[in-house]
Amino acid sequence: MSNQKNAFVFNKENEIKAKEILLKYPTDRRQSAIMPLLDLAQRQNENWLSRDIVEYVADYLEMPFIKAWEVVTFYSMYYTKYNGKYLVQVCGTTPCWLRGSDQVIKACKEVISPEPNTVSSDGLFSWMQVECLGACVNAPLVQINDDYYEDLTYDTTKNVLQSLIDGSPLSIGSQSGRKSSKAVS
Amino acid sequence: MAKVKINGSEIEVSDGMTILQACEEAGIEIPRFCYHDRLSIAGNCRMCLVDVEGSPKPVASCAMPINEGMSIHTNTQSVKKAREGVMEFLLINHPLDCPVCDQGGECDLQDQTIAFGPENSRFEENKRAVEEKHMGPLIKTYMTRCIHCTRCIRFADEVAGVNQLGAVNRGENMEITTYLEKTLDSELSANIVDLCPVGALTSKPYQFEARPWELKKTETIDVMDAVGSNIRVDTYGWKVKRVLPVLNEDINEEWISDKTRYACDGLLNQRLDTPYIKKNNKLEQVSWGETFSQLKKLVMDSDPDEIAFLVGDFIDLETSYLIKKLSEDLSIKAVDGRQEGCKVPFNHRSQFLFNSKIKGIDETDCILMIGTNTREEAAIINSRIRKRVISSNIPVALIGKNVDLTYKYNHLGDDINILIDLLNEKNSFYKKLINASKPMIIIGQSVLNRDDSLQIYSLLETFTDKFNLIQEDWNGFNVLQLAAARAGILEMGLIQKNKSVDDLVADAEKGKFKLVFSFGADEISYENFSNCKIVYMGTHGDRGANAADFILPAAAYTEKDAIFINTEGRVQYANKASFPPGEAREDWKIINQFSEVLELKWSFLELYDVRDEMFAKFPHLKEDFNDQNNGLVKIIDNKANEEVEIINKDTRSSQEKKNDTINGNIKSFEENSAKKIFNTAWADLNDRQREYLRKYNYPETWSEFTEHYGFKVVNDIKKKNNVVLPYEDQYANSIGKAWNDLTYNQKKWAYTKRNKNNLIGLADDANFSPDGIVVLNDNQEAYYAQPKEINFKIKNLSFSIEDFYINDSITRHSSTMAECSRARSEVRSSVTEKAS
Amino acid sequence: MLKEKDKIFTNLFGDEPFHLKNAQARGDWDNTKELIKKGREWIIDEMKKSELRGRGGAGFPTGLKWSFMPKDSKLTNYLVVNADESEPGTCKDRDMIRNEPHKLIEGCLLASFAMNAHTCYIYIRGEYFNEAVVLQKAIDEAYDAGLIGKNAAKSGWDFDIFLHRGAGAYICGEETALLESLEGKKGQPRLKPPFPANKGLYGSPTTVNNVETIAVVPTILRRGGEWFSSFGRPKNTGTKVFCISGHVNNPCNIEEEMSIPLRELVEKHAGGVTGGWDNLKAVIPGGSSVPLIPKSTCDTVLMDFDSLSAVKSGLGTAAVIVMDKSTDLVKAISKLSHFYKHESCGQCTPCREGTGWMWRMMEKIGNGHASSNDIDKLLDVTKQIEGHTICALGDAAAWPIQGLFRHFRDEIEEQLKKTKAA
Repeated sequence: MSNQKNAFVFNKENEIKAKEILLKYPTDRRQSAIMPLLDLAQRQNENWLSRDIVEYVADYLEMPFIKAWEVVTFYSMYYTKYNGKYLVQVCGTTPCWLRGSDQVIKACKEVISPEPNTVSSDGLFSWMQVECLGACVNAPLVQINDDYYEDLTYDTTKNVLQSLIDGSPLSIGSQSGRKSSKAVS
Repeated sequence: MAKVKINGSEIEVSDGMTILQACEEAGIEIPRFCYHDRLSIAGNCRMCLVDVEGSPKPVASCAMPINEGMSIHTNTQSVKKAREGVMEFLLINHPLDCPVCDQGGECDLQDQTIAFGPENSRFEENKRAVEEKHMGPLIKTYMTRCIHCTRCIRFADEVAGVNQLGAVNRGENMEITTYLEKTLDSELSANIVDLCPVGALTSKPYQFEARPWELKKTETIDVMDAVGSNIRVDTYGWKVKRVLPVLNEDINEEWISDKTRYACDGLLNQRLDTPYIKKNNKLEQVSWGETFSQLKKLVMDSDPDEIAFLVGDFIDLETSYLIKKLSEDLSIKAVDGRQEGCKVPFNHRSQFLFNSKIKGIDETDCILMIGTNTREEAAIINSRIRKRVISSNIPVALIGKNVDLTYKYNHLGDDINILIDLLNEKNSFYKKLINASKPMIIIGQSVLNRDDSLQIYSLLETFTDKFNLIQEDWNGFNVLQLAAARAGILEMGLIQKNKSVDDLVADAEKGKFKLVFSFGADEISYENFSNCKIVYMGTHGDRGANAADFILPAAAYTEKDAIFINTEGRVQYANKASFPPGEAREDWKIINQFSEVLELKWSFLELYDVRDEMFAKFPHLKEDFNDQNNGLVKIIDNKANEEVEIINKDTRSSQEKKNDTINGNIKSFEENSAKKIFNTAWADLNDRQREYLRKYNYPETWSEFTEHYGFKVVNDIKKKNNVVLPYEDQYANSIGKAWNDLTYNQKKWAYTKRNKNNLIGLADDANFSPDGIVVLNDNQEAYYAQPKEINFKIKNLSFSIEDFYINDSITRHSSTMAECSRARSEVRSSVTEKAS
Repeated sequence: MLKEKDKIFTNLFGDEPFHLKNAQARGDWDNTKELIKKGREWIIDEMKKSELRGRGGAGFPTGLKWSFMPKDSKLTNYLVVNADESEPGTCKDRDMIRNEPHKLIEGCLLASFAMNAHTCYIYIRGEYFNEAVVLQKAIDEAYDAGLIGKNAAKSGWDFDIFLHRGAGAYICGEETALLESLEGKKGQPRLKPPFPANKGLYGSPTTVNNVETIAVVPTILRRGGEWFSSFGRPKNTGTKVFCISGHVNNPCNIEEEMSIPLRELVEKHAGGVTGGWDNLKAVIPGGSSVPLIPKSTCDTVLMDFDSLSAVKSGLGTAAVIVMDKSTDLVKAISKLSHFYKHESCGQCTPCREGTGWMWRMMEKIGNGHASSNDIDKLLDVTKQIEGHTICALGDAAAWPIQGLFRHFRDEIEEQLKKTKAA
């Protein structure tokens, strides 16, 4: 893909979105839009960024390539390789770990692949361990693309993953049946 | 001004200073890695932490502005601990590969580890390894050594104007790189090698070439363009190993272009190291004697109108002067040094100089450039303009090729008619130029080489009045010269009246000339000179050498003492760092010797004789030298005179003197004198000079000095009856050597003395000794002067102040050379007596 | 226990929709114009009276912070809301954003007006995608209803809110790193001074406030600063949303009165510690950056700024991470060390080099390949990072380790000896 130099352009819908995004910032501060525009480009490209996309966005914002590349490599949500249709991010930080994130990882290893950052044999998933996702009272949890699946166990993790394989994803949020972060009473 | 307390003592510093600057003002050293006074403040290395009363945490002194009444501590336990901590963190992932690191010996990390680092290593984990980054043919990277100070990134962004360096990834995985590891697209790129405080970025051509302490360091002048950047040439034996910038605020600040830095590798290759004469269409090695006698015959056989002189781009001022003198003595009129064909006849020096001076760029508020690409033609000047544009957002416009100059400018077009539009107030830039209080126009060479250059040049001269370019303290009319020799050639008048080089070439084609002397002129085509004998004086097997029938091997710019005038008209002295290879000789000597062969009776013994005569004819050049070399020369002259006084003011009582003499205890006197000289020397410096010396950690007190360098009594000298004597056995064969060993300033001083006070004794004079020179002062007292140990030390740090140690102890009242000579032989016989 | 009527976030759990009409039914946007009419001075004064301390972790008095903003600057003033909630243990802002967005938006208007800002950016962490969608919808609703935009809420004040999503960097929760990120650069903290109130976003005066700080503003102004300060203890006033995670029976977010005893908080709202209070080993009371406290301290400590700092910990973000006796504490803290190593921006030396070193030493201790000397060394390294960095991340990385060994060093050394013997 990266051989096709600057083959990437925003599609019509995203071109409009990009213009809208730029309206948020002062006109002489186009660089401010780098993060939302990279996100937009990434969504258009199966959730990953190739060098030519980064260059396209940098050109779009009239900023040096290296400064755009710095941003891409600094933030953890820009991916420079394809991660499958679903990227499963398992939180492994202390609050989740205390409530059994190791079991969630075990389920991911079994269902997706033994190694993290590896696209599953069916091309559907990959998983990785990430740092705190900020939903600690609903620990342990995973983020699958944009959505959080919370209050997981080994079994419910497998259910969630299976539902994706089956093409009918379970509803997002708590998998233990409770409402948001309210205490079960 | 604000009063702050540093380590308990109060000091007044100007508002807006940072703590680090205030501490420097107070003479307290703050270690640092990321801070650099020409770059923006990053504050990331954390080495400069100091305690400030009232602040719970130590603060980064490089970034914290001072406040009235602030109390700062730099010597507390907590500061010491913080520095140790930062050093330890920097070292845990730094490879301890100093033995194979090119930075070794001049590494900030090494130095500061010794000064501030922890005693031992506690790190037991694996060190981080970082892949090398490709940054092109000039910059070698060892990114494992990087300490992430980001100086290189800031330089590229801020000074060079190429946003191509960055730090990718985050945390401990952060790495400095160019995008896709491309070569840094900058003509100033290798300055990041100097900026890098560790061995992460080193010079690729210099890789594993030498250790800094093995190199002889000579400060001199660059000739790769007409800017005249101040440089330091590091040599190992004959070989020039590298070229580094030397601070000069008026010219190159502390940067040099990559061309300046790396041209030196050419000094090793394709050198002309012996005279040649073409025989049977083949160049054969011959002796100087044969060359000169054949040349003499050729000159004698030719009519002066049949001889032409072409002068090249690297010719020094003295040589230009001698070429001029030779042409006049031989009545040769076809002399020209404007190889690219400049057609404008200049009547006054201000017509071809960069009159605003480079420093003037810092003051101008509007620049119009015509037919120039400053980025290529004078990278240093271009970066100065960039600095001005960035800091003050002044309007800049260019008529000429639309090129990337690293800053925003208004491209008016590539049409000379725009000049007329400007004069007729029809161009949009007119308003900006007319409203500027210190406007500046920069005229490139491409304007002066055109067929219609005369008209354009006179058009441009009307700009002077129209746009008020010349005011009481401002001259905004600038011509940017391209060749180091050019301003000097024009000063000396090495041009034909109303003719250009193109006309000379046309004449040659018509067969007008029988003999052409090419003094390093390599920019013109010699095809048209097929009818004449070509004599080439030069350094390399260049175009001129290929065409030559005679080759006179000369010295390159690092191999001679010489004067160069830069595009500003600034007279600068180049110092000899190396020597010409093989049979090659310094240019002025070749011409001088040829003049002897031609029996022209010039009688120049030394370069200084040439300079004296030249300065007598062009007195403004001498003044320039004194004024513009920051007064150093004046100091040297003054100090040299004062020194006699200082030494004479021996404060010992006569009894002490006697005791000292009896006990052979001469040291104390000498030490006192040396100390006085040292202290006076410091006291006489101006702030800029002091700042410069401090930058290189030059000791400021006598005790510091002796601690660093030791104070050595010149113990090679036998002393008897308070008389300083040379080694008798070395005397005969070391006369010439001693003279050669003198530094430029010492020789110069000696010459000054000779003029003023009838100095006796030169290189081939019997009165000259290996250890010094006998001089006579105004009172006809003979002094014995010897090069002094500490002077050499000081000289190494480019701090030449006193040059001679004057010992009055052989004072004799002699009024003639003969008497002085007799005095010396008496001295010698007394040594013989002592020896027996 | 805080009475229902005194709760500010009545829809914290999303029992009702977040939409404008529902929010208005709950009392949001009720005559906002009148509040603005009372003027800038009055608002800041009420905020000072409320003694509200910033809810982002540092606990700086909000009214005072607002008063630092230049009154008549020629530059544009900005309010930036820090919704980059990433401190391990903390997830309170998420609930406010997705279920009470109008409280935040109204708060933005009032705070911006008080600080002479016409523009507000809300920087939300990138992972909160669905939350950002909700917030954007709420912002759009407010625009459509004329509550923000030109002549916001008919107050005569022009006001814009822009939502900016982050992309995964804890350090952007540091206010100056957040501003850098908002300017389209790497989120590397800036040197201070200059402080954002003088030179913040795009070089203009800027105040950065936490979501909760801003979201409580409308209620404080409606009910009065004194009402707010009637909760809790002096200088530790108001209500606060606590996040209770880890080894409790019912982990949850809950709005409670400030200064509630920790034990009461855990037992009343989170169903108590798993296995009972006596099964408690330690608690991290304010998010990952504060040192843990052992059970003995937990028995009596009050959940507020001063009480927790008295026991050498801190209220931080009021994220209570409970650890029962089954917890391998070294491993729990080591995971936090890994977190800080991962999130260090890499700019300054002690943090870049030190966080990785600390984590590796923690792992060594966790694996039993260490001695008492190694603990000394580790603690010395934490001291060399603490206070020597550009931002507080260095401190935050050092404190959990210091807290661990302050209270459990003997126990850990005992364990190391046992491992060695085995």
